[in-house]
Amino acid sequence: MGIEGIGARVARKEDKRFVTGLGRYVDDMVVPGMKYAVFVRSPHAHAAIRSIDTSAAKTMPGVIGVLTGPELKSDGIGNLICGWMIHSKDGSPMKMGAWSPLATDKVRYVGDAVAIVVAESRSLARDAAEAVAVEYDELPAVTDAVKALEAGAPQIHPEAANNLIYDWELGDAAATDQAIAGAAHVTRMRIVNNRLIPNAIEPRAALGHYNPAEDHFTLWTTSQNPHVARLVMSAFYNVAPENKLRVIAPDVGGGFGSKIYIYPEEVVCLWASKRTGVPVKWVADRTESFLCDAHGRDHVTEVAMAFDTDNRVVGLKVDTIANFGAYMSLFSSCVPTYLYATLLSGQYAFPHIHCNVRAVYTNTAPVDAYRGAGRPEATYVLERVMETAARELGMSPAELRRRNFIREFPHQTPVIMNYDGGDYEASLNAAMQAADYAGFPARREEAKRRGKLRGIGMSCYIEACGLAPSQAVGSLGAGVGLWESAEVRVNAAGTIEVLTGSHSHGQGHETTFAQVVADRLGLPLDQVSIVHGDTDKVQMGMGTYGSRSGAVGISAIVKALDKVETKAKKIAAHLLEADEGDIVIENGEVKVAGTDRSLPWFQVALAAYTAHNLPAGMEPGLKETAFYDPTNFTFPAGCYICEVEIDPETGVTEIVQFVAADDFGTIINPLIVEGQVHGGITQGVGQALLEGCVYDPTSGQLVTASYMDYTMPRAADVPSFKVSTTSTPSPSNPLGIKGCGEAGAIGSPPAVINAITDAIGNNDLTMPATPQRVWAALRKAQ
Amino acid sequence: MYQTTYHRPSSVAEAVRMLGEAADGKFLGGGQTLIPTMKQRLAAPSDVIDLRHIAELKGITVSGRDVRIGAGTTHEEVANHSGLAAVCPAICYLAGHIGDPHVRHMGTIGGSISNNDPAADYPSAMLALNAMIHTSKRALSADEFFTGLFGTALDEDEIVTAVSFTAPEKAGYAKFPNPASRYALTGVFVAKRPEGVRVAVTGAGEDGVFRATAIENALSRSFEPSVLDGIAMPADGLMSDIHASAEYRANLIVVMAKRAVQAANG
Ligand SMILES: Cc1cc2nc3c(=O)[nH]c(=O)nc-3n(C[C@H](O)[C@H](O)[C@H](O)COP(=O)(O)OP(=O)(O)OC[C@H]3O[C@@H](n4cnc5c(N)ncnc54)[C@H](O)[C@@H]3O)c2cc1C
Repeated sequence: MGIEGIGARVARKEDKRFVTGLGRYVDDMVVPGMKYAVFVRSPHAHAAIRSIDTSAAKTMPGVIGVLTGPELKSDGIGNLICGWMIHSKDGSPMKMGAWSPLATDKVRYVGDAVAIVVAESRSLARDAAEAVAVEYDELPAVTDAVKALEAGAPQIHPEAANNLIYDWELGDAAATDQAIAGAAHVTRMRIVNNRLIPNAIEPRAALGHYNPAEDHFTLWTTSQNPHVARLVMSAFYNVAPENKLRVIAPDVGGGFGSKIYIYPEEVVCLWASKRTGVPVKWVADRTESFLCDAHGRDHVTEVAMAFDTDNRVVGLKVDTIANFGAYMSLFSSCVPTYLYATLLSGQYAFPHIHCNVRAVYTNTAPVDAYRGAGRPEATYVLERVMETAARELGMSPAELRRRNFIREFPHQTPVIMNYDGGDYEASLNAAMQAADYAGFPARREEAKRRGKLRGIGMSCYIEACGLAPSQAVGSLGAGVGLWESAEVRVNAAGTIEVLTGSHSHGQGHETTFAQVVADRLGLPLDQVSIVHGDTDKVQMGMGTYGSRSGAVGISAIVKALDKVETKAKKIAAHLLEADEGDIVIENGEVKVAGTDRSLPWFQVALAAYTAHNLPAGMEPGLKETAFYDPTNFTFPAGCYICEVEIDPETGVTEIVQFVAADDFGTIINPLIVEGQVHGGITQGVGQALLEGCVYDPTSGQLVTASYMDYTMPRAADVPSFKVSTTSTPSPSNPLGIKGCGEAGAIGSPPAVINAITDAIGNNDLTMPATPQRVWAALRKAQ
Repeated sequence: MYQTTYHRPSSVAEAVRMLGEAADGKFLGGGQTLIPTMKQRLAAPSDVIDLRHIAELKGITVSGRDVRIGAGTTHEEVANHSGLAAVCPAICYLAGHIGDPHVRHMGTIGGSISNNDPAADYPSAMLALNAMIHTSKRALSADEFFTGLFGTALDEDEIVTAVSFTAPEKAGYAKFPNPASRYALTGVFVAKRPEGVRVAVTGAGEDGVFRATAIENALSRSFEPSVLDGIAMPADGLMSDIHASAEYRANLIVVMAKRAVQAANG
């Protein structure tokens, strides 16, 4: 409705401050007396700490304090935890090793924090950090999860024998095995999902400030969910009770998952502020980001997909080893389980699925959710094997998918999820048409004449967003509920502040959330402000990740708006002497339907606050709070088609066409949705072609620890995308929103790899498909 | 960065004197290698002697086919010099493909060749063009100047002042960029003169820039890409890293050489 309401292409309100340099990030925060922290980090992947000598460092110029793990322990600061309990198939709980915010006995990856130095300036702190003498006894290291499970592998945590955190399964193993045994055709593959380093443009940062007069802490932090940070630091890390700890996440420059978790640095800066008596600021340098931000993906999977004589899938068996790194990060355990195995039915009506997952410790940075979180890994397995099966069966990849599509809803998959709606054929058709799929053979011929190899590949993805029904996730082991809260404050003169527990770190909530309010009340967008990211302002919230802010965060706002609207109508009915049921709110006016009697919106708001003439017994004010707990996940889905040209002499892949047809349900702002899809696909292309985290297998050093060796996608690496949407509104939330933040990163990697393997005629190709790998695969194919 | 003392000489002689007086001094060209290395605390010179304000190190002169480029000339100046483009466009092309605009506006030819990064572009041009490297002490041929990985014939207190060469009949450069850093994963510079062809390879050799004599011999017979069709470079002596195996680099040398010849032939 209207030019600024739901569905309008409104330019982002927040961009003015971002593009003019007026954003306020953690590193912009200045507190009187603030000092600077540098962490002393392990240069070894695996070593016992024999001793830590801080005496020389403490005498260095400008040094205020040098603190280590034993002091942290003696002050009762707790170990970092993983907040989602997974039980192995034998019923035993996951084996979580101790993660002290500052290592005491042992270091387990390069970058593990050992001590903190607080000094007058960052460079003085750095000088002193170099003077902290740590004696290590080096131990053999293992970085590869498959190798970490082998007999004789270095043992990383005493709690986890053989480095195995859990051995978990989902689905019916016997029925799946039987289906495979009796199948007409079985496609088998070994699929590696490459490890990624998130690389948000703003490095992580923390500013901890302890006020002794109030015995109160404030933390400014680069967080996607400040309330969860406060909860976890209070309840588990013993930093301070919630009422004595304020967490503020101001402007945050990208997260992609990596800023969900509570890292050692936040906890240590808060504690160090109390210990040293000064506010303590730490800002990661880029090397620390590479070494210590939670990485993503890193799966090795054996998969078998079985077909009957009609080419319908009769069973899917998946066996995955997931690398967790050196410690279990906050949500790590749910990523390769409930965010992965539950999506292995894809868009298809599979009768039987069985998935086994082993989670493994290695001497690498912790691994946790990264844009898509489990769903890209599931989609990659499924869509690579589906395309491969089509080639083996001599059937067109589109037809094989079509034959296996789910067509009736709701659909109960064999892996927990109950899909509430979708039209997979519609997005497949839309994508094929936009890509001129039929014209591909001619384009391939034309490319051949130019000496280029052209290939086409598709990927039909589904994801579960709108995390998540609290009771459901609770029964699956989650330590928190996944509802969202909202408060709609109508000011006395009618302008509005919306307080939300969602957190925007690039998503544009200040625009889209305001559009929903503007749409409902017919107010100009400018009269609606969105407040988020401060535990003192917003009472509670679960934050932003898993494409949940539209489906859950906005739904909470809608619920609060319902209450505001009800009260406003009561007031207006009273003032206009009409029946409450006849009142409508339109274009900033509160009217009696079918008459010319109306009040401007601000007068109703004013009446609520003057309280001179309210209905009998009504409380003054116009401010409502709501908590919204989803009834189901939402299921965005779509079809991506990628077309590539390969230079056979060098192995260079050029993406010549990329088509995305997505079903996100109701769209609040197409401009922002397209931006999310563009960014997501670019990240997916990054994973498919460019980004590969490499550790030296012997020393455990991170080889790709800077942009000299870790390839981020650049604008020139991607074509101009052809994006479109089809829409089946989600029946599970009031506006029918599904979520769009991760789809691009989920759906695109298999489309790219399917296109390359089509072009080169060799299916044995691992991501990232760098020129050298494509060239080598091409040589093998010839 | 560790503490350091900054100096700004206005002549080569003054710069040399300042370095002599420093405990552990370093010359500063465009700072595009030295400053990041210092920021990462991998270099800690006691004194930094900034060569950027010395007039005698600046500028490009072209007289007839004789070219002289002052050591302090930025990549951007080389890329956009019309006189140079008229006689040897390949070197302008090369300079225009170094790094990004920020790097090209700061980095200098003197700094690049003094640093002799095995993946830098300029060393291949110097070697293939048979350039003379002029220093505060002497003049050396490029063959003598480059001595291996990050190695040059320079003494500690020796400043590169200029490079000079006679423009060849034809020249071409083809670079296969490292996907991450965009330095040369393999770059090949070819220069044709009546007396023969010189071909220099950067980015690929374990000992830094080198001449590919098999390719030179073939191209001296006929300066056409097709004469390289059957040629296979041996992988021994080539670098192997996460971005490219020695075999892949061997392949790239031939492919880039062909493309360089194609570019030279226009
Ligand atoms: C992001 C980035 C990308 C880059 N990409 C490329 C690329 O694609 N290709 C490429 O070739 N290069 C690339 N470079 C390197 C850059 O082009 C510079 O040429 C290089 O850093 C050295 O030149 P400089 O003038 O900056 O020297 P400096 O960094 O100032 O000095 C480098 C070394 O040379 C010494 N030195 C400097 N000038 C002289 C002199 N006149 N006489 C004697 N010694 C001297 C210094 O003491 C120092 O040891 C890149 C750099 C960056 C930061």
